[in-house]
This record gives sequence, structure tokens and C-alpha cells, in this order.
Amino acid sequence: MNHWRFPTVRSGAFAVWRRNIMVWRKLIGPAVVMNFGEPTLYLLGLGFGLGHFVGEMSGMPYLAFLASGIIASSAMTTATFEGMYSVYTRMDPQRTYEALMATPLEVDDILAGEMLWCGTKSLFSGIAILLVATLLGVVPGWQALWVLPVVFLIGLCFAGMAMIMSAIASNYDFFNYYFVLAISPMFILCGVFYPIDSLPDVAQGFVQLLPLTHAVALTRPLVAGGELTQPLLHLGVLAAYGAVGFYISVALVRKRLLV
Amino acid sequence: MNTPSSPLASARGLVKDFGRHRAVDGIDFDILRGTCFGFLGPNGAGKTTTLKMLLGLAPKSGGELSVYDLPVPERAREVRARTGLVPQADNLDPDFSVAENLRTYATYFGMKPDDVGDRVERLLAFAALTDRSEAKTDTLSGGMKRRLTIARALINEPEMVVLDEPTTGLDPQARHIIWSRLNELREQGTTLILTTHYMEEVERLCDELVIMDHGRILDQGAPKALVQRHVEPEVIELRGERAGVFADDAQGLGCRVEQMGSSLYCYSHEPGEFLGRLQSATGLTFMHRPTGLEDVFLKLTGRELRD
Ligand SMILES: Nc1ncnc2c1ncn2[C@@H]1O[C@H](COP(=O)(O)OP(=O)(O)O)[C@@H](O)[C@H]1O
Ligand SMILES: [Mg+2]
Repeated sequence: MNHWRFPTVRSGAFAVWRRNIMVWRKLIGPAVVMNFGEPTLYLLGLGFGLGHFVGEMSGMPYLAFLASGIIASSAMTTATFEGMYSVYTRMDPQRTYEALMATPLEVDDILAGEMLWCGTKSLFSGIAILLVATLLGVVPGWQALWVLPVVFLIGLCFAGMAMIMSAIASNYDFFNYYFVLAISPMFILCGVFYPIDSLPDVAQGFVQLLPLTHAVALTRPLVAGGELTQPLLHLGVLAAYGAVGFYISVALVRKRLLV
Repeated sequence: MNTPSSPLASARGLVKDFGRHRAVDGIDFDILRGTCFGFLGPNGAGKTTTLKMLLGLAPKSGGELSVYDLPVPERAREVRARTGLVPQADNLDPDFSVAENLRTYATYFGMKPDDVGDRVERLLAFAALTDRSEAKTDTLSGGMKRRLTIARALINEPEMVVLDEPTTGLDPQARHIIWSRLNELREQGTTLILTTHYMEEVERLCDELVIMDHGRILDQGAPKALVQRHVEPEVIELRGERAGVFADDAQGLGCRVEQMGSSLYCYSHEPGEFLGRLQSATGLTFMHRPTGLEDVFLKLTGRELRD
């Protein structure tokens, strides 16, 4: 069998998505605390603390700048955690995928369902941050709701790459490489905490290749107000990362499980 | 379409390689609808690998394979939609209760969770788990987990259920409950395919079996036919230090003699005379019994230790 053949996704993906949301509902307490707690901490701590010294950034209050960036980075980390630790747990130690594959579901459907679920969790985190930011008075209007579909897309984008890591991992420690080499640099460099045009020129070119840069370029104007530049380019980059990540992860998981 | 006489599952020259290791080495079999078909073999014989290929969960390396007249793995998805699988090790969903495991599994077959309430109730009763339906799966005993796994394999009302060592590691009571449930299924016309290394399991359940070792099929037939084909009708088993002393005697009286550990097995059509001689011997433990699959199995697969 050719593991690299193109994935076919069927409605079975929703059964996998549904499984995950049913499990999530059982643990909704800690999940909601996490969704609200973490961004609130960032926004209050950094937004007010740093904001006191920084004042304005890119023509907006620092708290607004930060909130509109954190909503993207939080979508990234949420989908990344789910696509690595949770997907790997179900694929390997918990052997959930083995049970799923004895049904008409294929690897293609399973990973599509997982990816949708990662996007959904990113969406939950986005809703929480948007609420907190609104309560803190930094969201100018209803147009900010447009950020939610974007946050979902950001979740899909990072889920694809995280699932590639799961497919090649042989234990949980392996994920540290991806965090140190990919996620943390993006978190620091891609415009969440300061505008990327304050980076040296070379670095500016480099961060244009990273998906979080494009995610922030969309969420910042959508949440904090301001002009949306080149939205199709940014959406396209996110979608491309997600699609390629999905394709590669499907092929690698087929190779791993269908032996 | 499947005519009643065409086999439900059929393999010709089926091969599976793991790198340079050939785990399944060109096997042929036909499994008829409504029968219970057993793969009997020691650890590492290739039983699990064969079952996985049957459902398209492991790609075959060579040969022909079809189930319900559909080629596998090309149409394995359709095959799995009509089949139930009980894997060698339980893989119940630890995030769900007993009943939720069944309801959720139904959705993987495209059923709506709200439409399967009756079916879930029925299967819980079948598995004798009705009063544990809200329990988390990690609180269940080994036998209960196995029954739940079997119930889960029935959620799509399969034509055929594939069971990989369904009772390995269970205590005798738990094993008997499972055997009675499997017999019920067979009486309802469900085709069963099972692997095991328990002779008793095969003798109780299977209409037809193959004996496998090192990836090959050594022989195939109904349990009784295999016994008749390969071993004498009776065996006398001698135990203890002095057992070896009687080897020559036994051979002299026309027995086929095999030694395993400190036991001596004397196979015979006419054991009367040898028995008489043993009765007069002192300090010797012996047992006289009709031969069974175990004797066939040991004869065909040899007596060396496996793990
Ligand atoms: N994924 C695998 N990779 C390499 N070798 C394997 C794999 N699975 C099984 N084998 C080998 O194939 C042979 C048959 O295994 P298996 O089908 O599990 O036997 P059984 O179920 O009869 O105990 C064994 O020698 C086993 O070590
Ligand atoms: Mg096995």
C-alpha cells in the first residue's frame, strides 16, 4: 500500500471529533479554568505591568496590542499541545487508534477528526481571551468576532505540524525539541509582544516564513481595530501549513500503524 | 454476491514479511459462513498477523485475500464495516464508562448515538454488564473487560467476528462465560474466527481449525478428524523418575513413545497389554486417556519450549 497516496476524508472524521468533545465535557471544569486563567494572567500581568512602562505600541494601548497577539499564540499552543501530547497518547500508549481502525474509519478520517478538534480547542481559547480582553476594555467593537474563524484556522494550521511530531515521536520527551526549536521561537519572535519591524532586517525576512507571524497579522487588526493588510496572503499561508501538515502526518501515521 | 457455499473469507498463498523475517509464509484457507474457524498455534506462529491482514490493518506482502468476496486490503473498509474485531489486548476507551464505550463505538460505524440505545442495552445484558454500565473501564476485572470488548465488536451487528486469543489470561469461570457467549453467537449464525493456544477452546468452539507454526499451516480439518489423522486413539502418560525405564517396554508392545521433560507419552491403538504391565509396577504414576488435539498439536509443532 502506498502510504503517500492522497488522503480521503469522510464524515467519520466527525465521529472522532465528537469522541474528543465528549471526553472534554467530562473535564470541563479544569479546561475552562485553563482557558480563562492563563490569558487573564498574561493580560493582567504583562499588559498592565509592562504596559505601565511601554504605554502605547503601534499606536494602540499595550494591553490591546498584547491581547490581539496572545489570541494567536494561544491558539498555537492549544492546538500544539492537543496535536502532540493528546494525539500521541491516543495513538500509542492508550491504543485508541487501534480500536478506531478496526471500524470503517481510516487514518485519514481519524487525523482529520483530531485536527478539527484541535481547531475547536483553539476556538475555545480564543473565545475566552476575547471575553477577557472585552472586559478589560480593549476591544473596540463587534467586528472583533471575525477573529474567531481565524483562530479556528490557526488551530488547524498548528495541529497539522503537531501531528507530524506525534507521528514520528517515540516518547513524550521528543516533543521538547519541537517546543524549543519551533514553538518558543515563534512565541518570542512573531510579533506577539512587539511589532516585527523592530527586528533586524534578516530576522524580519525569516519570520515572514513562520505561520505565527501571519496569524498575528490577522488577529491584531481584527481584535484591536486597524487596517487588515494582505488578508488573503496570511490566510493562504496558514491554510497551506495546515494542509501540508495534515497530508504529511496522515502519510507518517499510516506508515507507523499499518505495519 | 455471496452464495451460501462460497467461503466468507479466503486466502491463497498469503505472505507477510517484516523486513527479512517472514511471519506468514504462504498460507491457504477457506472459512465458511456460519462456522467457527480456529487458528491454533504457539506464540509467534503468525496468528495475529494473519487476522490483521484479513481486516486490512496490516498490508499483505504477497498472495490473495478476500473477505465477503471483496479483495483485501483494497476494500478492507467495507469489510470492517461488516465485521467485529476483538483484539489480543483490550483497547477499551479509558475516558468513557462501559455504556459510553459502546455508544461511542457505534458512532465510528456511522450510527447516531441516540439511535443505538436499545442495542447498547441488549449488548450490556449479553455481556452481563448491565449493572456496571456507568463504571469506568479501568475498574472492571479482566473477564469483564473482555466481555465488554466482545460486546463492542457486536455493535455493528457483524456477519463475522474475529477474536484474537479471546480468553488468554482469564480465570476458568471467566473463560466459561465467554465460551457460552461465543456459542450463542455461533448458534445465531455469526461466523467466528478465533486464534488461541488453548486446545480446550478449539475443541469446544471450532468446527474447523488450522494448526500454525512458524508462519505455515501444518494441517487443517475438524478437531476430531485431525486427532484421527495424526495420533493413535489412546495415550498413556507416565510421570516420575522411573518413567524412562518403561520406554523400551512400551515400544516393544507397539506403542509410539515420546519424551517430554520427565514425562513419557506412549501412544497406542491397543494399550491393554502395556497397561497390565504398568499396573504391577510400583512407585509409578500414570494416566490413561483418549488422545486429543493437544497430542496432535505437540506432535506437529514439536515439544521444545516457546515464549
Ligand atoms: N510489527 C512487527 N514487526 C516485526 N515483527 C513482527 C511484528 N509483528 C509480529 N512480528 C513477528 O511476526 C511473527 C508472528 O507474530 P504474531 O502474528 O504476533 O504471532 P502470534 O499471534 O501467532 O503469536 C513473530 O515472530 C513476531 O515477532
Ligand atoms: Mg498473537
